[in-house]
Amino acid sequence: MDIQVRVWRQSGPTDKGRMVAYDVKDISPDASFLEMIDVLNEKLILDGDDPIAFDHDCREGICGACSMVINGVAHGPEKATTTCQLHMRKFKDGDVIDVEPWRAAAFPVIKDLIVDRSAFDEIIQAGGYITAPTGTAPEAHAAPVPKKDADAAFEAATCIGCGACVAACPNGSSMLFTAAKITHLGLMPQGQPERESRVLDMLQAQDDAGFGGCTNMGECAQVCPKGIPLSLIGRLNSDYRKALSKR
Amino acid sequence: MIMNDFWTEGDPIVDKAAPDGPVETRWERRKFSAKLVNPANRRKLTVIIVGTGLAGGSAAATLAEAGYHVKSYCYQDSPRRAHSIAAQGGINAAKNYRNDGDSVHRLFYDTVKGGDFRARESNVYRLAQVSVNIIDQCVAQGVPFAREYGGLLDNRSFGGTQVSRTFYARGQTGQQLLLGAYQAMERQIGLGNIEMNARHEMLELIIVDGKARGIVVRDMVTGEISTEFADAVVLASGGYGNVFFLSTNAKGCNVTASWRAHRKGALFANPCYTQIHPTCIPESGSHQSKLTLMSESLRNDGRVWVPKAQKDTRKAADIPEDERDYYLERIYPSFGNLVPRDIASRAAKNVCDEGRGVGPGGLGVYLDFADAISRLGRKAVEAKYGNLFEMYERITGEDPYETPMRIYPAVHYTMGGLWVDYDLQSTIPGLFVVGEANFSDHGANRLGASALMQGLADGYFVLPNTISNYLASGPFPKIDESREEVVEARTQVEDRIAKLLSIDGDRTVDSFHRELGHIMWEYCGMERTEEGLTKAVGLIRALKEEFWTRVKVPGKGEELNQNLEKAGRVADFIELGELMCIDALHRRESCGGHFRAESQSPDGEAQRNDDEFSYAAAWEYFAADGKPTLHKEELTFEYVHPSTRSYK
Repeated sequence: MDIQVRVWRQSGPTDKGRMVAYDVKDISPDASFLEMIDVLNEKLILDGDDPIAFDHDCREGICGACSMVINGVAHGPEKATTTCQLHMRKFKDGDVIDVEPWRAAAFPVIKDLIVDRSAFDEIIQAGGYITAPTGTAPEAHAAPVPKKDADAAFEAATCIGCGACVAACPNGSSMLFTAAKITHLGLMPQGQPERESRVLDMLQAQDDAGFGGCTNMGECAQVCPKGIPLSLIGRLNSDYRKALSKR
Repeated sequence: MIMNDFWTEGDPIVDKAAPDGPVETRWERRKFSAKLVNPANRRKLTVIIVGTGLAGGSAAATLAEAGYHVKSYCYQDSPRRAHSIAAQGGINAAKNYRNDGDSVHRLFYDTVKGGDFRARESNVYRLAQVSVNIIDQCVAQGVPFAREYGGLLDNRSFGGTQVSRTFYARGQTGQQLLLGAYQAMERQIGLGNIEMNARHEMLELIIVDGKARGIVVRDMVTGEISTEFADAVVLASGGYGNVFFLSTNAKGCNVTASWRAHRKGALFANPCYTQIHPTCIPESGSHQSKLTLMSESLRNDGRVWVPKAQKDTRKAADIPEDERDYYLERIYPSFGNLVPRDIASRAAKNVCDEGRGVGPGGLGVYLDFADAISRLGRKAVEAKYGNLFEMYERITGEDPYETPMRIYPAVHYTMGGLWVDYDLQSTIPGLFVVGEANFSDHGANRLGASALMQGLADGYFVLPNTISNYLASGPFPKIDESREEVVEARTQVEDRIAKLLSIDGDRTVDSFHRELGHIMWEYCGMERTEEGLTKAVGLIRALKEEFWTRVKVPGKGEELNQNLEKAGRVADFIELGELMCIDALHRRESCGGHFRAESQSPDGEAQRNDDEFSYAAAWEYFAADGKPTLHKEELTFEYVHPSTRSYK
């Protein structure tokens, strides 16, 4: 199939950036979206042009590196799918496809489609963990965890930290990301001792990192490739209120 | 005769760190004999760790918790994205929660046997011992393992073992374990105990006064080259499966950190031992950039077949039952579709070589769930494998409920790596190697759910206890940037980058990488022959020359330049590929993942040769005459006696 991509090109953080159109001919419908960009890049290199820079790594939907806004939607048109798992058969011959980076104040563009997501790490540093230094652990069966809690914790813990939620949010808020971690750890008995400090510290860190506030738009959950539900934000808010009242 | 053409044999090598005596107490005794560093002195000691996967992440967190100053490096934008994240199946531990006869000794036995008697007993026993601590540690961190209704941990059986010892978190065990290590690491970063450098790539090792004292790194955002110093250096940089271009590894996985250390004197052991996983989604065309694994668990209910006739292009549904060859069930009646990975992979290759493969290029076999669906009902199959079927459909556009899956083997894991002693120290003092990057525990073949176990064993429990013995003689003298060894290492990096950028040829980096991959897959893949490997060495040497005259790397060094990153990695893969072929050539036996066509039984099964090859092959970098030097580490088996594997 033949398509045209219009790609955001920005040589560095201080460059203004612009959309540039490229024709991609004879691409297989079985190619993934990133493989289509690979094919385009090979051509650009041989033509003496600068290839398009983009983040990617595992290409199986789990590392969270890939991050493209495709036709205005973070990770593109297929529900619950990362950019790397999106395939060209989802598009039609002759389509014109816009490709842009995540856009959020807390995720500055580094080059082309690559943004700096280290602000997510800062949120985790503030409290997204259970303090359990190596060697101090009790026997694994010492604290049973009800299956429904363990399963729900797992569902929340499947967040891949890609940042699509932030990219989709009109406020550039990271609430879904933070809520996923708060929920994961808050559902485990091991996570209880730090439950209150965790929510206070992580929310402070997300404010400090420049993420916007949450106004319950729900765009985040719509684009989440792992289907993290919006309801987790309610759980976070409830934890937050409890923690505040005890402070 | 071959010996003269391709390699030189040097002195044998011995692991001096391993205690002898009863295997059960070796680790206890080693820990007791190791020197300690008192807590007040630890903060004066710096450790560099390259890589943040299960091994590197857990080591960084643990050493920082102990009070050492840690400097951590990864090429990804966050330590959470290391490729351990993609491991699906699970993690083994000898907890015996099932009361099914499991024990440390049985896990030890299974691992030595599964490795086809090419691993060290001391290391494997220790791995089995600490496996139980790993589960405790991960549960304490809040890793959401699968649980039973009573709230206790669930287990499943995996990879043909007879006990249920695999702990799992749905099909995302690696992700959950890595996030546990990552979170512990982030806590230490927040406390200032780990200095994290994401988007940084190690390009050279710095050796001063015979000791590993630092690395040269490139900031992948700005292109800045800097020299970083420490009292010890730990490589946790993963495996080298990407030498095949197409593999289940992440696109960024590379051998550069290990290879640079190898060039500086660290021996590289058993490079030819690669694991080829039987159930991956086949290539769909020339655009293919990587391969995706479908969990091995599918073989529990799926039946593998190909048409009996060659070049049968009918749709699967149109091929009648009596014209199908369920070849695994036919050849291996007792294990059937559940034979180990290496055997299933080779059988698939054989039927495709006969011209009976299915799908594009005839490189695929069917994995059919029709029987399972009629026996159990679609609902039950959906509950078990729903997410995998979905993933398959997303990638191929075919519905596996309606038409059989197509699968084909793909490179998945590399058992070889930098040689380390029992302390996980390489042949360069102060350079430690953990996880997939070292060669130590899996012998010639790794069992399912054992990679996660080894990564975390090394990082949480082994390295932190052995590195202290080395660090106790530090802190070492401060290093001046102007020292000759430092300037030289830095200049090597700068010159190499300048060279790569200056060639400005007519071929892209990827085109070289693909070509290398084809050579490796063809001649150093599932079946190897003396003739093929000899040819491959020649092809690779020619490719190397062509690379350094025709590669085109766009852009500059002082900017984010993904092709420059790739170029350096591919250059190292080319050299590694040559060594892999030479290693495969010298090992004139079949063992584990290494199958030499000349060494098979009359019925086509792998034939080990314990009299000649019961050793680990540790290679010294190519000498001036272009030949690597082989150092043999003899393996002795006091507890698990070598026997022949049989699955018929």
